[in-house]
Order: sequence, then structure tokens, then C-alpha cells
Amino acid sequence: MSELQQANEFLEPRDSVEKSGDHYLSFMLGDEAYGVEILRVQEIKAWQNVTLIPNTPDYVCGVLNLRGAIIPVVDLRRRLDMTPKPYISTTVVIVLKVEGMTSRIVGIVVDAVSDAINVTEDMIRPTPDFGTHLDTHYIKGLVPNDNNMMMLLNIDHLLSVEALG
Amino acid sequence: MSIDISQFYDVFFEESFEGLAAMESGLLSLSMGSADAEQINTIFRAAHSIKGGAGTFGFMTISDFTHVMETLLDQMRNGERDATTELTNVLLEAVDVLREMLTAAQQKIDSDESRIAAVRLKLETMLNSQSDNGSESTGPDQVHPQQVYPEQNKVSVWNIFFKPHPHLLQTGNDPVRMFRELDMMGSLTVVADDSQLPPFFDLEPEDSYLSWTLTLEGTVSKQDVFEVFEWVEDDCELTIELVSSNDSSQHDSDIELSPIKQPIQDDFLANAEPTGDDVAVQNDDSNQTSPVVSKALVQVTTSQPASSIRVGTDKVDSLIDLVGELVITQSMLSQIGDTFTEDMLPQLIDGLAQLERNTREMQEAIMQIRMLPISFAFNRFPRLVHDMSAKTGKQVELKLSGEQTELDKTVIEKMGDPLVHLVRNSLDHGLETPAVRRAAGKNETGLLWLNAFHQGGNIIIEVTDDGAGLNDEKILNKAIERGLVSPDEVLSPQRIHELIFLPGFSTADSVTDVSGRGVGMDVVRKNIVSLGGSVNVVSTLGQGSTFTIRLPLTLAIMDGQTIRVSDQHYILPLISIVETLEIKNSDIKHVSGKGELYPLRDEYVPIIRLYDVLGLKPIVTNLEEGLLVVVDGAESKVGLFIDDLLGQQQVVIKSLETNYRKVMGVSGATILGDGTIALILDVQGLVSLYKDPSLAHVIIADERAA
Repeated sequence: MSELQQANEFLEPRDSVEKSGDHYLSFMLGDEAYGVEILRVQEIKAWQNVTLIPNTPDYVCGVLNLRGAIIPVVDLRRRLDMTPKPYISTTVVIVLKVEGMTSRIVGIVVDAVSDAINVTEDMIRPTPDFGTHLDTHYIKGLVPNDNNMMMLLNIDHLLSVEALG
Repeated sequence: MSIDISQFYDVFFEESFEGLAAMESGLLSLSMGSADAEQINTIFRAAHSIKGGAGTFGFMTISDFTHVMETLLDQMRNGERDATTELTNVLLEAVDVLREMLTAAQQKIDSDESRIAAVRLKLETMLNSQSDNGSESTGPDQVHPQQVYPEQNKVSVWNIFFKPHPHLLQTGNDPVRMFRELDMMGSLTVVADDSQLPPFFDLEPEDSYLSWTLTLEGTVSKQDVFEVFEWVEDDCELTIELVSSNDSSQHDSDIELSPIKQPIQDDFLANAEPTGDDVAVQNDDSNQTSPVVSKALVQVTTSQPASSIRVGTDKVDSLIDLVGELVITQSMLSQIGDTFTEDMLPQLIDGLAQLERNTREMQEAIMQIRMLPISFAFNRFPRLVHDMSAKTGKQVELKLSGEQTELDKTVIEKMGDPLVHLVRNSLDHGLETPAVRRAAGKNETGLLWLNAFHQGGNIIIEVTDDGAGLNDEKILNKAIERGLVSPDEVLSPQRIHELIFLPGFSTADSVTDVSGRGVGMDVVRKNIVSLGGSVNVVSTLGQGSTFTIRLPLTLAIMDGQTIRVSDQHYILPLISIVETLEIKNSDIKHVSGKGELYPLRDEYVPIIRLYDVLGLKPIVTNLEEGLLVVVDGAESKVGLFIDDLLGQQQVVIKSLETNYRKVMGVSGATILGDGTIALILDVQGLVSLYKDPSLAHVIIADERAA
């Protein structure tokens, strides 16, 4: 639980903002790092069992009760066509606000959250085009971070109503 | 510090729409020949309020338009004009236009100028048609109140003392408008008394501190003067005295102003209190106030008005009582919690029982608040029937009963259109013309009866007509022609009647303005089903038809049966369950080795294995080990094969669509006592899904297209 508390502390605004830029919450899927705008993050929750929805794609795990609201939960590994991993105690659900025709709340299942990172415009590198080999529309850009590379996700695209069909 | 009057817009619109509804129902009862003075007065008052409000808020086109109506109504009120059918029809049309204008103003869009002009012309033609009886005609740009008053020869001088109560301005009344009206009657002298004006820092900008002494000279009666103040008489001190009266007339319209023009007050009043500033300009163009107002208009961003609901205070009071009880129970429980010992267990159980009762009572009270009488939906029908019978030349008597039956506001709103459709259908296809009715030996006036009543947890709405009834042969021929049934199929009369609810079905010989485009009954059924209700028809050829709509009282809460399928819990609406049985494998009949049927008395019920339809990994596949829940499907009964029945409970319905999308076979979700979510199954959706499993993905395609 203490890890979660720590994770939720990332959501608190930091006192010293180095340069103007956007804060991103980075999280891990295997050894790949991804980032989502921290202002879109509503909450970070421990994995809990969800209720299945019939006849939905396998990456839609089901629905979750978030204080009375019913929100869908998406397994990001499956959504990105990666090998699924069994849910363990460190598996977390990041609850995100997705904008589209209407604003919706959607949870994503990730391996672990790691850090909050300040990203300025000049740090973002363009996403290379893999052609038909790999769909990268949902990646806004790449950010070098220490020795790793963080992929900034376009969640409005990745988690749109159509994409969750 | 300026007052943003746009904050009162909502109230104005709400009141105006209510006024329009009152005018409409008043006019309709007039057209039915029961013209009584009180009725006309009601209509007149409504028009007058709308005019006054529109003027105050700067909707000049609305106020001008209403003024013409008001003039006509005033003549009716004074007995100068009879309430002819022609007149009421024009007035009804004017009510429609007015409603459009108000809606346009509310949504800040442009109104249909040509229609307004056309109706206005009609009204003016009406006015002019009797210009010989002494009252002057009113042209579009002559908007002077005095024209409606008969000419008098006597010139009188009136001394008027007018001291509004401090709250007068908050009631939306503006003394300047009244003075302007007086000024139009004759020569007016105004002296304002500002002695009551408090020091600047104690000044309450929305209060009125001024009083006025007015001298009016002109050919006016006391009644005329009094009418100007009619709307404020309870909010002011008012004396009207006759100073002198003679036959000579002089005309000069000087207006003396009191010396209130110290710079600071002048500036202040111009902003805060329209009164002081406007007195100074009252002899100018009467549209002087509108620039100020339109500035306020621009500031307001376009937004759809939030829907509101009027609740009786008794309902709110009972809710407050209940909350009080809940607070007491809560504090009792927390006290037990603080000092809990085992011997306090009975107290705890008592407390919890009390909490349960409080919660249930409160739930009922809150549902009561959302409940409105169905008359909200029925009220539009007198007008509809009136217009339609005029258009089709049919004579119709509309009977309404059970208007006080209450049901959820959302249900009422969503029921409006299907009901209109059914009523139009009955008028257009059902009821015959007087000649045909006479030939059939029926009363020339057809009867249309709308009835509503409660039955169990449902509300039943019946639309009955004594018209021609459904023509089985014609329907069947049409259905065969459209390929909806095969020519050699034998159908019971009831099944034939059901055909009219199929998409693309219309038997009207010609497509009329009113109905007959064939998009009717299937939409009606779809809407009603989406509300969790059902509709069916009983009809006898030559004697009429009855459409019966059955609806749940509320959409927010329903009685549910919790079931288990595989390892998942689902809720089935209790209302759709017919019975639950244990079955024997030997009873099952097979259709070409696949379809399974269970013989239930004289019917064969198809068995739907829910785990199949819901795409779950089954735990129980042997029909003998589970249960068969027989439910009412779209057209006939079906049996749902489930693992187990768990319990019955009331569930609060939550939408899946808020954060996800609509899912075939699921009507919503609910949160169970332990905080987990259970999906609420939609029986008709499940049946469709069973018939065509690919439907699960069709919806997505639809949404993409939309």
C-alpha cells in the first residue's frame, strides 16, 4: 500500500518546477517506459477484480466501481499487442480522463508506475514511422530519459470509444 | 456594480412558457364555446405578463408582438369583440409564434422573421376588421397603450404620489416604464424625491429609495391611470387624486426633474439603478434601454438551459424530516460504535434496522420528487386534436382520464413523442370522417380516450379510439406485399395486429401530412422498449382500437433478480421473469439437432444458454443441473439457461454508456452491496444476440457511422 501512496504523491503538484513544460507520469510495461500527461491522471489504484462485459475485445478487462461511477478497464499490454502478464500485487490501474465526443473515465492496467517527469517541448523527439509493420499513431513522441526512452501516449486516440469497441 | 439582469432570464423564460401554456389551454376552452370572462382575463393576464417581462429584458420584438395580441385580447375582455373560431385560431397561431420567438431568444438564435410577420399581419387584419366600433386600429409601429382606451373628451389633471417599496425593482418592475406609459396618455410632470436616499456606502443598489409625485394632464380616467400601476399596487404606496377636470385641453409635455444630479449619484445611479438615469432620458427614444440590455446579452455564452423541476414544498419538507431522522440514526450508530461491547449487539441490530428503514423511506421520498403527473404529457393533446380535427375535417371528442397518475420525469419526457404518434395515428387512420361514421351507424363525433393508471409497479397508458379498427386483411396483404410474411403463413388476428409494429409498415392509402410515412409504429415500439416498457394493440374491425403502453414507474431503480451464470453475477429485471423451472433432459425437444425447445404447457419455449450468448466459459452445461428462467422476449417467451438463482433486490440502475458504450444484451449496471458491479441484462437484446451473434459487433459499426 505504501507504494501506492508514494505513487499518488506524484500527483501532487511539485514545488519547484524547473522549466515550463508538462508533467508526465511514467509507467512500465515490461522494460518499456510510457508516459501520460499527469493532468489526465485521476487516480492510481491497486488491481482489483473487475466485472466482465460480454462480447468485448479481449483487451477490455471489464468494468470497475470507482466511487459509484462505472468505468471500463483496459489491459494496456493486450491493447498494444504485447504478451499478457498475470496480474500480481504490484499491478496497478491508472485511472485516466479521456477526451473525445464526451469526456470519459477509463482505467488502464500497467505493470508499475515509476516517476513523474517534467517534459519540455524541445525534449520531445518525433516518432519514427514503422509503416505497416507497427501502428504508432497513439505515440505522440519520444523522450530520452536517463538511459531509457519514454513513449508519450496519445490516450484520446488509444482509448477512444471506437478503439474500445 | 451594474446589475446583470441576465440572471433573471431563466425565470422570465420559465414564467413565459408557463404563461403560454395557460394562454393555449384558455384559448382552446374558448374555442370549445365556453367563453367566460374569467377565462379571457387569464389569457389576457398571461399575455400582459409576457409583454411586460419581454420589455423589461429588452426583447423588443417579443414585447411588440405580444402587444398586438394583448390589444385584441383586451377588446375581447371588454366585450368589444366576440371570441370567434377564426379569432381563436389566429391567437393560437400567435401563441405558437410567440413560443418560437421565446425559444429563439432563449437559445440566442434567430427566429423565423417571415412567419412572425405573417402572423402579425393576420393579427393586425383582425384588429382592423372592427375598426368601426370606436377603437382605433393599431399599426405595427404605433404601439401606444392609450389606443385601446375609448376616447374621452374631458381633460383631467391627476396628482399621483408613487412610493415603491424597496424591493420593487427586484420584482422586475421598472417605474420608468410606467411613467413612460403615463406620458403617452397626456402631459406628465415628474418630481422625484430622493430624500430617503442613504449615504453612498449604505446604499443597497438593488433597492428602490426614490418616491415620485407625478402630475398628469390629459383625457384620461382614474381607471386608466390605475391600470398603469396595476402590477405594482401591492409593492408600493400609491395615491391617485383628481386635481381638476375641465373641457379645455392644453398640450405641453415638459418634464421637470428633481435636482438629483450630483455627479457621484448620477454616475452611480446610471450603473446601479436604472431609475435615476432613465427618468432623465424618458422623453427620448423609448428604446433607450435596449443597448444596455443587449450588452448583457452578448456576455452570456450560449448554453442549453439546465432542465428544472418544480417541487411541492410538502415533498421537500417530508424529505427534510427524513434527513433529520437519518442524522439521528447515524449519531446513534456512531455512539454505539465508539463504545461497543458485546452486550450492545441488540442495540446495534436495532440501529441498523432503523437505518434501513430511513434509507428506504428517503429513497421513496426522493423518487417522489422526480414524479410528475402525466398531465404534463397529456396537456399537449387538446391542442393537437383541435388542430388535427380542423385539418382532417373529422369531429373528435378528446377524453382524458387519470391525468394525476404520477411517473418519473424522464419517463414522461421520453414518452411524449411516442404518445403523440399514437394519438396522430388514431386520428388519422383510426377515426373516420363524419360521413363514413354516419353511414356505419356511429355517432358523427369520434371518441379519443387517453387513460393512465397504476398497476403494480407499472404505469399503464391507454390510447383508445372508437374508429375503424385495424383491418386484418389489409395489414396481411400489405405485409405479404412488403415481404414481411410469406403468403401461405397462417397468422392469428393478434399476430396480424403485431405486424404494424414492424419497421417500414404503413397501411395508410396515401401518405398524408399527418402520418403514413411508415416510420411510425416501429419507432414507437422501439422508444417504449428502450424505456423498459412494452406496447400492444387490441382492435376490433369497425369498433376501434386500444393501444396499451406499459411502463416502469421510474428508470432509476428497479426490482432485480440476481442470477449466476458461470462465475459471474447478473441482474435480470424481475418484471420480465415469467417463471423459473428445473427441467429434465428427457423433456427437451431438438430442432435439427441444434435448437433446443422446452415444452411449457401448450407452448414450445426456445432455450438460450446464457453462457453462450455472454461468451463465458461454462461451469454447468447439463440442463438438469441448472435452472431455466422463462422470460417475456420481444415477441414470445424464451427460456434462459442459468447456473443459479441468488436473490431478489432493488437495484439502482447506472449507465455503462457514461464511460464506455452501449453493450448488446446489457441495459446497464448496478453496484451490489459488496461494492462489486453486476450487469443488468436486457432480455430483448439477449434474444436478438441469440438469433444473430454478429449483432454484438454491429452496434460498434453504427456508432462509428454516427
